[in-house]
Amino acid sequence: MENGKKIFVNGSFLIVESIARAGADTFVGYPITPSNYLYLYSSKRLPLTFHAPDEITTLQWMSGLSAAGRLPITATSFPGFALMVESINMAFMMELPMVIILAQRLGPSTGTATCGASGDLLLVRGMISGGYPVPTFAISDFKDCWEIPEIAINTAVNLRTPVIILTSKEITMTNRSFEISSLKEIKKVERKFYSSDETYIPYKPEKNLVPEFLPLSSNKHQIRINASTHDQKGILQHSTKEALENSARLYKKIVSNIKDFTLYEYDEDGNENLLISFDVSSVVCKEAMKDLRNEKKKVSLLVAKTLVPVPDVYYEIISKYKKIFVVEENLNGQLCEMLFGNNIPDNVIKINSIGKMISIDKIKEEVRKNG
Amino acid sequence: MDKKFLNSNKLPFCAGCGHHLIAQNTEKALEKLNIDPLDVILVSDIGCHGIIDKFANSHTVHGLHGRSVALAAGISLGLKNKNKKVIVFIGDGGATIGMQHILEASRLDIDLTILIHNNMLYGMTGGQASGLTPKGFVTTTTPDKSKTRNYDICQIALAAKASFVARVVVKPDFSNIIADAIKNDGFSLVEAIELCPSYAVKMNKGMKISEILKEIGEEEFVKKNENYRWEFYTNSTENLFDKVKILEKKYEHKLEKTFCIQLSGSAGEGVQTAGEAFCYASILSGLSVNHRGSYPVTVGVGFSTTEIIISPEQDCTYNVNSPDIIIITSLDGLNVNIEKLKSFKGILYLDNSLETPQTEAKIIRYDFRKFGAKNSAVFSLFYILKEKEIYPIDALIDGLELANLKDKVDLEKFKQDLNI
Ligand code: SF4
Repeated sequence: MENGKKIFVNGSFLIVESIARAGADTFVGYPITPSNYLYLYSSKRLPLTFHAPDEITTLQWMSGLSAAGRLPITATSFPGFALMVESINMAFMMELPMVIILAQRLGPSTGTATCGASGDLLLVRGMISGGYPVPTFAISDFKDCWEIPEIAINTAVNLRTPVIILTSKEITMTNRSFEISSLKEIKKVERKFYSSDETYIPYKPEKNLVPEFLPLSSNKHQIRINASTHDQKGILQHSTKEALENSARLYKKIVSNIKDFTLYEYDEDGNENLLISFDVSSVVCKEAMKDLRNEKKKVSLLVAKTLVPVPDVYYEIISKYKKIFVVEENLNGQLCEMLFGNNIPDNVIKINSIGKMISIDKIKEEVRKNG
Repeated sequence: MDKKFLNSNKLPFCAGCGHHLIAQNTEKALEKLNIDPLDVILVSDIGCHGIIDKFANSHTVHGLHGRSVALAAGISLGLKNKNKKVIVFIGDGGATIGMQHILEASRLDIDLTILIHNNMLYGMTGGQASGLTPKGFVTTTTPDKSKTRNYDICQIALAAKASFVARVVVKPDFSNIIADAIKNDGFSLVEAIELCPSYAVKMNKGMKISEILKEIGEEEFVKKNENYRWEFYTNSTENLFDKVKILEKKYEHKLEKTFCIQLSGSAGEGVQTAGEAFCYASILSGLSVNHRGSYPVTVGVGFSTTEIIISPEQDCTYNVNSPDIIIITSLDGLNVNIEKLKSFKGILYLDNSLETPQTEAKIIRYDFRKFGAKNSAVFSLFYILKEKEIYPIDALIDGLELANLKDKVDLEKFKQDLNI
């Protein structure tokens, strides 16, 4: 391996090549740092690129493209994502597959465009009116840049839903040497469209509570797509039983299928100290863990890659440990709040920073002090 | 399936509402053109006009307030079957909040037809004034008559290069205009003006649309412009890996453990590309590399920092506690590091022109700028490599080539100066 062929690229490069292989066929973009490399590479690699005049249009075009049978993606950062939120609600309600890559940067507001952060998790968790979860993954390293897009695309298609990939400036704009042979094969997603002669009911729950999909180009069946409260036929309703059940199904559809998209890394050593992290802070945790183990400390690590909804297995893992350290690059611990609420248990310690990556020493100090 | 566009004669609007006539004339137009309902995608949004869905035999898409034009544009761009007709029903409120989408669809002449149900106020939410409410019009939010003028949405669309624009006062039969709009192979906008009996008629007793139009200097018209053809932007690459340099080990290194160099200078002085060249050189010498840039948002002004981590291990760390060495080649580079240097304990390589900062570091000075600002960053890395002997100088020369820098720097002068 040591003498193998290497490339020197940033995380955006790997994400785009992988997502294209997985079947994404259209990029709709509006430039914003630190997602610009994703736009740049996508416009070279995806079959179609459209240049939207703003992020509301971006999400609306994507929804139209998706309803017409394409598989669109976009990449943005908080200011653009904020504009997309109403339209993501629409796409979620309409059940349109797509992937939105959110390259996080330092907030609040426009914050610092060229400074990394992991500060948008709670926004993503809470963005759907009614508290519905949109499947959300976080990229922690370059391996994830290659492997998560494929899972994101599959989740979007199989569950008929928008999917979010969280990443940050530290991945999208950082270059690394990379062994090409270490990349696993990416398979193109299989899309199955409704093919029966019987009347098509656009929101009738089928396997796994997911309705079958039919692009708007059909000459055989009438298709109704609706962003407002609607029945199985896609007809607007005030609050009939069927319509409310349909809305509730959107929640169940995501939560009951979580096993199909639960992704995490767990490195176990003893049951004393557990580091939990997501995004790029996970790689710092790995370095800290290595050093601490050299000091004969018992330290385990859970890298959360599926973040919304929270998989139950995280709680099973957490329950084994005496001390929990939640490490994340934001001010006050967003993953920690998602896992433990606002009244965190005494054995949970938050390790945070803003404006720079969390240092290896800081994690080591906290574990030595509290572990 | 019923061949008619509408599945009922009883539409869900108040008695006397012009929305009836718009829907019925759309049906007539489609019949005239002999278009099957399943070849129509009706996109509507929020407003009284939007509750039409249920009564249409076409495909129906019911979206967000004012966003229907953008949603329809996405559908139109995505359709592989170009025989489908995308028709948008939108109100004057939707046209106000979503005006950007109308401009964009006009500019790109996207193949769809929008019917603006312009009753000059928001009907569904209680008769408030919109951007298309004319001066002198009474609405629930302008009880003493509107003091502001309205947008001329037709002229706006024309200015944005829409290929078909018509303004019509809603009447029993204006289906020819809708048919022409649908036939147009590009963006068509029909502004259909009507009065909402539930609010406008009650509040503006006896007012006639013709009088309003006269007052604001607008009239009915149909204008057809040339269609604008553009090609979708398609990719030029089948595989991004084909476009990058494949790097194979060529030199030997002497590095025993992970080493981090931070180089700070000024934007425009080649700091990032110098870092890139050094990274290539390190990879050619069998090292693994992590390269991170840091700079203000504006490219070309202020500081520029490049952080290079190199490692003999197969997978380089993403982060270190502190760099082993910091090189500073300009005042911008010094200023941005003032705080960090106070506790920095490694080696600081400082350009001769700079004042000594407060630091715990060992300081080594050199004239890194002697071959000019553009050479300063690269030259400093040659200096470091000569001193540290991490790998052969030739690797860095190859690195310059890979970073397209070789012809841009004074390599011979570097060699002479450093006795290489
Ligand atoms: S409120 Fe006005 S616009 Fe709405 S249906 Fe009634 S008359 Fe028509």
